[in-house]
Amino acid sequence: MTGYDTERIAELLRLLPPPPEGWIRAAQELPQARAELDALVARAEDDAAFRAQVVADLEAALEAEGIDPTPSVVAALRVRLASG
Amino acid sequence: MAAILSDAELVQRCRAGDQAAWHELVERFSRYVYAICVQGFRLQGHDAEDVFQEVFARVFEHLDRLRSDDAIRPWIAQLTRRLCIDKLRSSGREAPAEVEEEVAELDRTLESLDDALTVRAGLDEVGDPCREILDRFFCRDESYKVIGDALELPAGTIASRISRCLAKLKAQLEGRSEGSSPSRA
Repeated sequence: MTGYDTERIAELLRLLPPPPEGWIRAAQELPQARAELDALVARAEDDAAFRAQVVADLEAALEAEGIDPTPSVVAALRVRLASG
Repeated sequence: MAAILSDAELVQRCRAGDQAAWHELVERFSRYVYAICVQGFRLQGHDAEDVFQEVFARVFEHLDRLRSDDAIRPWIAQLTRRLCIDKLRSSGREAPAEVEEEVAELDRTLESLDDALTVRAGLDEVGDPCREILDRFFCRDESYKVIGDALELPAGTIASRISRCLAKLKAQLEGRSEGSSPSRA
């Protein structure tokens, strides 16, 4: 970026409004959610009945474990179970 | 985190499992990712949220694949752009990359967002109270009265404070060295 007149600075500041708080919080809590996901997958690998229950309804399984079933978490769980 | 870390320092700390650094990384790039989704690709509601979360999920998963820790910003931009196009295609809409005029417009928007992120980084270096006043007025679209009430300042002084803070930010940006500064958003 070259040239910094105050009108242009104001215009550029307006281009970056904050996303909803909840979106930021969910992204920040991702490492913790992934750790919880790891535990869930490990349990599914050890327990066939539990695995069948998880595979039958991924969202419900996540909710039962206290994990918010956001699309990215559900997708990650699907990939983990498929590769496990 | 008291000192403002460079992008590379932040990436290194995230890779080492520093939870506070991850929070900071999300905070730093959240507006940038959001703006690319909403302004660049005109995604709305759940579509924008899906891409937003997926970007940070992939950043978290693949941080160790980043060749240069300084390259986090262009990497995030490219990742967001790709995921936005995937989202548009998966929902049967045409991605802007398919129409020449729209590509040019998209490129201009993304270029402006990149400049905007640089200005945000300067704003963070200026610090409070200017950061908060300018953020509330320009980014959150708050009135003088709302800002005055929130910061316990007379509403009649907000306009002049904004003007002074803009001048301070301008000076900061003009004196800012390139390369090692954070891309805070």
